[in-house]
Amino acid sequence: MWRRSASFILDRQQEQNDGGPPNPESLFLSSPPPPMADSLQNPKSNISAYYQNRAAQHPVVTSDWLAQAQAAVSRNPDDDDSSGGDVRVAPTGGGKGGEKAFSVIGEFNSWRKQPDLAEAVAAIRALAAVIRASQATTMMELEIEIKKASDSLKSWDTTSISLTAGCDLFVRYVTRTSALEYEDFNSAKSRLIERAEKFGEISCKARRIIAMLSQDFIFDGCTILVHGFSRVVLEVLMTAAQNKKLFRVFCTEGRPDRTGLRLSNELAKLDVPVKLIIDSAVAYTMDEVDMVFVGADGVVESGGIINMMGTYQIALVAHSMNKPVYVAAESYKFARLYPLDQKDIGPALRPIDFGVPIPSKVEVETSARDYTPPQYLTLLFTDLGVLTPSVVSDELIQLYL
Amino acid sequence: MDARRVTSAVPRVRQVGFFTPNAPPQQPGPTRSQSGPPISNSPPLSGSPASNSLSPVMIPPPRHLSDNLGRRTAAVPVPGRENAGYHGTVGSYNPSESVLGLESPPPSRIGDGEFSEGTESSLGWCRRSNSAKFASSFPGGGFDLSPAKQPESVAGVEAKNQLPEKSELQKEQASSSKPLKAKTTKAERRALQESQRAAKAASKAEANKSGTPGGAASSKPVKQPPQKKDGPPVAASIAASERIGVDHPAEKERKKDVPPPRMQFDDESRVGKAKKRSVLNQPETRNRVELFRHLPPHKDGTQLPHLESKFFELHDKHPAVYKVGLQYLTGDLSGGNARCIAMLQAFQQAIRDYSTPPQKTLIRDLTSKIGGFVSFLIECRPLSMSMGNAIRFLKNRVTKLPLTLSESEAKAALCSDIDRFINEKIVLADQVIVRHAATKIRDGDVLMTYGSSCVVEMILLYAHELGKQFRVVVVDSRPMLEGQKLLRRLVAKGLSCTYTQINAISYIMHEVTRVFLGASSILSNGTVYSRVGTASVAMVAYAFHVPVLICCEAYKFHERVQLDSICFNELGDPDAIAKVPGSVDVSYLDSLTDKQKENLELLNLKYDATPSDYISMIVTDYGMIPPTSVPVIVREYRKEYLLI
Repeated sequence: MWRRSASFILDRQQEQNDGGPPNPESLFLSSPPPPMADSLQNPKSNISAYYQNRAAQHPVVTSDWLAQAQAAVSRNPDDDDSSGGDVRVAPTGGGKGGEKAFSVIGEFNSWRKQPDLAEAVAAIRALAAVIRASQATTMMELEIEIKKASDSLKSWDTTSISLTAGCDLFVRYVTRTSALEYEDFNSAKSRLIERAEKFGEISCKARRIIAMLSQDFIFDGCTILVHGFSRVVLEVLMTAAQNKKLFRVFCTEGRPDRTGLRLSNELAKLDVPVKLIIDSAVAYTMDEVDMVFVGADGVVESGGIINMMGTYQIALVAHSMNKPVYVAAESYKFARLYPLDQKDIGPALRPIDFGVPIPSKVEVETSARDYTPPQYLTLLFTDLGVLTPSVVSDELIQLYL
Repeated sequence: MDARRVTSAVPRVRQVGFFTPNAPPQQPGPTRSQSGPPISNSPPLSGSPASNSLSPVMIPPPRHLSDNLGRRTAAVPVPGRENAGYHGTVGSYNPSESVLGLESPPPSRIGDGEFSEGTESSLGWCRRSNSAKFASSFPGGGFDLSPAKQPESVAGVEAKNQLPEKSELQKEQASSSKPLKAKTTKAERRALQESQRAAKAASKAEANKSGTPGGAASSKPVKQPPQKKDGPPVAASIAASERIGVDHPAEKERKKDVPPPRMQFDDESRVGKAKKRSVLNQPETRNRVELFRHLPPHKDGTQLPHLESKFFELHDKHPAVYKVGLQYLTGDLSGGNARCIAMLQAFQQAIRDYSTPPQKTLIRDLTSKIGGFVSFLIECRPLSMSMGNAIRFLKNRVTKLPLTLSESEAKAALCSDIDRFINEKIVLADQVIVRHAATKIRDGDVLMTYGSSCVVEMILLYAHELGKQFRVVVVDSRPMLEGQKLLRRLVAKGLSCTYTQINAISYIMHEVTRVFLGASSILSNGTVYSRVGTASVAMVAYAFHVPVLICCEAYKFHERVQLDSICFNELGDPDAIAKVPGSVDVSYLDSLTDKQKENLELLNLKYDATPSDYISMIVTDYGMIPPTSVPVIVREYRKEYLLI
């Protein structure tokens, strides 16, 4: 909205923080992002670590900048280690006394390498490892340690919502046990580890549950529009295909990381009829679409979702044409956030390749995700069941208060 | 899904509405031979807590009856003649039922057809009766609805159709009907008794209230007499039944939960009674708007001398309470929190000076005393819902006092409870709200507020202290012009403000980025009950896609549901809108003669209800929640908050 002065000021501030006007070069894909993917202190670069993570996890995305970035990382691992090495222990080492070798971030990153593991689950596993490695002798100490570790994880990537939500949930889940206080420390600790592992397992199973729940909604002969690459949505569609449902899928292209290409690739392997459409053809094809399926980076307290850029406009188009919009999201993505508008969420920036050099006077909107308000969503498929958006807040209140 | 539907016999006896979710699954299909067991099953079922949760009010409307019938006739192809019988009068069903071998005895039809039918045929048929009287006479109403009954009745219908071939089945039915009959006759007797009693009570009430319109008397039972009359029959029927042990407390609980009917000021007889008790002169009800006659008329400060002169007559009112009452009356004390805190502190003072009279217990006497204070305050000005919550809390504390406490200990405990309530639910809650709401203010924002809410003021000042750069638009309206007070304080603190009247709101809304509003209370459907004008501000903001944030402490949440601002509201001084003080050139209405004034109705409402659609967020002490989560907060925290 041009009238709203706030966004202008916000943009200006951001520019100032970035140190003057954005360097146009850095927006091109030709220049590799700073090789920081593995260092502890997430750099204040204009590319969010969150997107680097995603990119690293989806190597199918054929973007040369990624390849270059990875090359850059592997080329000078020594510097990276030497620069990251001493910093690495700083945030976590404080509470740990003697233990210096262990790092949550390192643990997290090693878990994250697994292709099928969601970021939040990786964080949960890493936190469980913190408990295991901890040398604390009292419950309180351990609790503080977990909190610290989760804080350092969260600060490692402030833009990732599911990471933050997963950490919060885990801390909540682990510490919210009255029984722990009456046991001796060691058994309490082993109980905590058990809990942590169980939580990790539950989180892993969540995707399966969601796929089962959503089967009733996919009917023969339907056309499904999907946006972005979501592992949950893929699981849903795979299960439907295995159940011999007849349906076809429209994939948006998902510029600029071309996530739609990847999804269509996966679906084609399953012999599901797929049609690729460019992001701007959503309204054009919406007539034929029976339902929209999207994943979510985070589900916020209002019941809305934060997801890849473009979800909002798809939801708007679907809403105006009275098509249902279904969201598939695991419950560890529920976050205690309440954005009021698009600018209310911390921007996760990413580079965009326009193919041609952009004049330096032209600004580029580089935010990678948007917020879809709950009134445009029909149902949320979660491992807690099929929910209407307003139930999200109910669950969150019961969990956190 | 489809496959499942075909194989199971569920649809025929499918549970629709009004069934407890944890009722045991019914036996499918071949229940014909099992028609005995369900009957023996039913008493434990009804005693189970699940069926207790069924409120008698939940007896389904007639629509379900026809559903039920339709399903039954559809499931079993019956000849047209019988079909007509189903849809005919209720009585016509009985003969056909007796064919079943149920041997329905003639006396069962003594009462009106409805009751006899309901009790005699399979118990499931009690659903037919949609008279609330009948329903409430069975406190364990759940047992009628137990799903285990339905297969039996269906089986019965089938049996009737295939009578010739299945005579052995008929025998079975007959044998199984023996216990059934015993049970039903008891139920019948009870129902009969009940109906007679109800009729008697109704006729008596009619006689008492001959002057009042019939609708009001029957639909809203006047507080004392009918309730007292209702009591014994219910108790008697309870005594007669063997499964009441569990039901009784639940019933009581439910009764406590039901809010007492509000005083309707268009009910002349009640107003007359209230007038006698009243310490204030009731103002003349002249020319009040028809739709709002039921609201208490406005009492203005002109009654102050009258009340002051009565000071020594009202010696049972504590001076502190008296003072607060006078402040309410004159309007010196306004704002939900201020009024609530003043009231609580006055009660605290009164409790401190209280001493139990001889031969009375503290708990009983103090409760009634507080009740007296409250009714005095209500006379001065109707209470807000938040104050109602605070009073409920206090009364709850008083009744929960352990009997072992000495008087001084009890008083000290109550005083500290009141302090804690003020501290936790109001002062600290405000701080939390301010902290939360400030995160939603960004540099460059233009914030709009309406009227004067103390929480919003605190938020603005706090954000200003944090060094955020923002502008404030204060929207105001006649006749209270509360915004000017707020404006004065904000400007004094150095905030840059814009002041405008509500007429200009659609013009100014263009530049606004957030709307912060206070609330008098929030109802459990998310409706915000607040100063009149709030709804229009919220709607205009919604139309401009500006987020609306309601800032409200959780103690103001109320489990009531309200859809409009008519049925519960407060009337202001009607003259306040007719006259503009201080300006001679706009006093057009002054020159009206008394004759002309007869055609003039002035309406000055104080509150309005904003539907939840227009609200983006509610900021409360439990965090930022969508308006759909208000019932969650009410449900999760009401207990805690009553017990603290």
